[in-house]
Amino acid sequence: MLGRGLKSFSIASTLLVVAALGLTFFYAPLDADQGFIQKIFYLHVPLAIVALGGFVTGGIHGIKFLRSGDRRQDLRSYVAIHMSLIFGVGALLTGSIWARAAWGHWWLWDEPTLVSFLVVFLLYACYQPLRFSIEDPERQARYAAVFAVTAGAFVPLNFLAVRMAESLVHPRTLSSTDNLPGPMALTFLVAVIAMIVLFTTLVKYELAAKSTRMQLGRLKRRLSGEAPSAPLTTRRSAAPQNL
Amino acid sequence: MRAAVGALVRKDLRAELRNLEAVPAMTLFVVSTFVLFHFGLDRDTLSGSLASGVLWVTLLLAAVLGMNRLFVTEREQGGFDAFLVAPVDRTAMFVAKALVLFAFLVVLEVVAVAAFSVLLLGPGLGQALPGLVLVLLLADAGLAVIGTLVGALAVQTRARDLIVPLLALPLCVPLLIAAAEATAPLLAEGGGGAPEGRWLLVLALYDVVFGLLAYAVFDFLLED
Repeated sequence: MLGRGLKSFSIASTLLVVAALGLTFFYAPLDADQGFIQKIFYLHVPLAIVALGGFVTGGIHGIKFLRSGDRRQDLRSYVAIHMSLIFGVGALLTGSIWARAAWGHWWLWDEPTLVSFLVVFLLYACYQPLRFSIEDPERQARYAAVFAVTAGAFVPLNFLAVRMAESLVHPRTLSSTDNLPGPMALTFLVAVIAMIVLFTTLVKYELAAKSTRMQLGRLKRRLSGEAPSAPLTTRRSAAPQNL
Repeated sequence: MRAAVGALVRKDLRAELRNLEAVPAMTLFVVSTFVLFHFGLDRDTLSGSLASGVLWVTLLLAAVLGMNRLFVTEREQGGFDAFLVAPVDRTAMFVAKALVLFAFLVVLEVVAVAAFSVLLLGPGLGQALPGLVLVLLLADAGLAVIGTLVGALAVQTRARDLIVPLLALPLCVPLLIAAAEATAPLLAEGGGGAPEGRWLLVLALYDVVFGLLAYAVFDFLLED
């Protein structure tokens, strides 16, 4: 059910990622000030955008779950946030490397985008511990959805507050794409699209894997004649265990 | 709705007056933290943004203590069950708890600000007081809303005491930024300037957004 389109998504994301890397290294011109290191921009910014988008998507699935009680929405919300956390680590690491190369420091507090991203990341890092510490699966799903909705609304508000508090060192990528020269803008655009498709593909894989495991567990239990409500695995996990 | 909220608030305030559980602990915590800051920073007096930062970080951590306690009795003494069988709107619980936490914070701050001005603050507090009260009230509203939501979220989990600070502290970062920035000119050396309007606006925006959000999702935390 959830595995449909995996093949075409995999092919599309491979092609797009290769295209984005090719454009980054062979087509986009060297930056006049920063030179070669500026090329990390085509990795760092898409990672951050996709991670934030994924967090908000998790919140939207959280709303859908609260409205419908459909456990698949809980699974989608979990997977979106889980994947965004992984992308978020990537964004923080590449951002730190870029800051070191461009400004000489691994971390700059007067850089609002990096700081707000860290705060958002710290908040979402509590998502798994929260799920983990609730035993009842139904309550776990409901509370996780409430968290996802609250945190999803927190993302823009936090960016507003941090941006107001800090100076404006960081390039305003989202509002200033039109300042980029043509080849850079094109490369950036392709890189963002590639990252979005890659994220979607990975989310689809995780959804397929999780639902397949649940289905397998159900079949196994039916074979062994256990009650269908028996716990699926002995290993504890923060992920939704059953649909 | 109003009757239910009134009853819940009265019950909580009466329980607090009899037990003296949350507010005295928060107050003691605040005073000890000021002493810690005195030795940690090795400064006798503070002013400007340093004073404002110390005050707000201390208040925020004390508020987390209050959030931790807010729903514990409801859970342990069966208050949730009793509330759920009562024929009242569930949002009444949210409104009542937020009001109670707000009241706790106001009482706490009366002591905390006095202690702060005696123990650590360099410049006099006199003319800064009206501005400071405004900032405190706006920030308290936000803390009360976040605290009620996080407290209710965490009270049913196994690791309650860990989950509350982990969730509440990042959520309060925008609040801390705006409150500390707004308070800094008030506590500056040589008489207070006015707080910048934009920070008050951020505080108000935060209160409204999270107030509405918590109002909307709180029901799901009680349903059982």
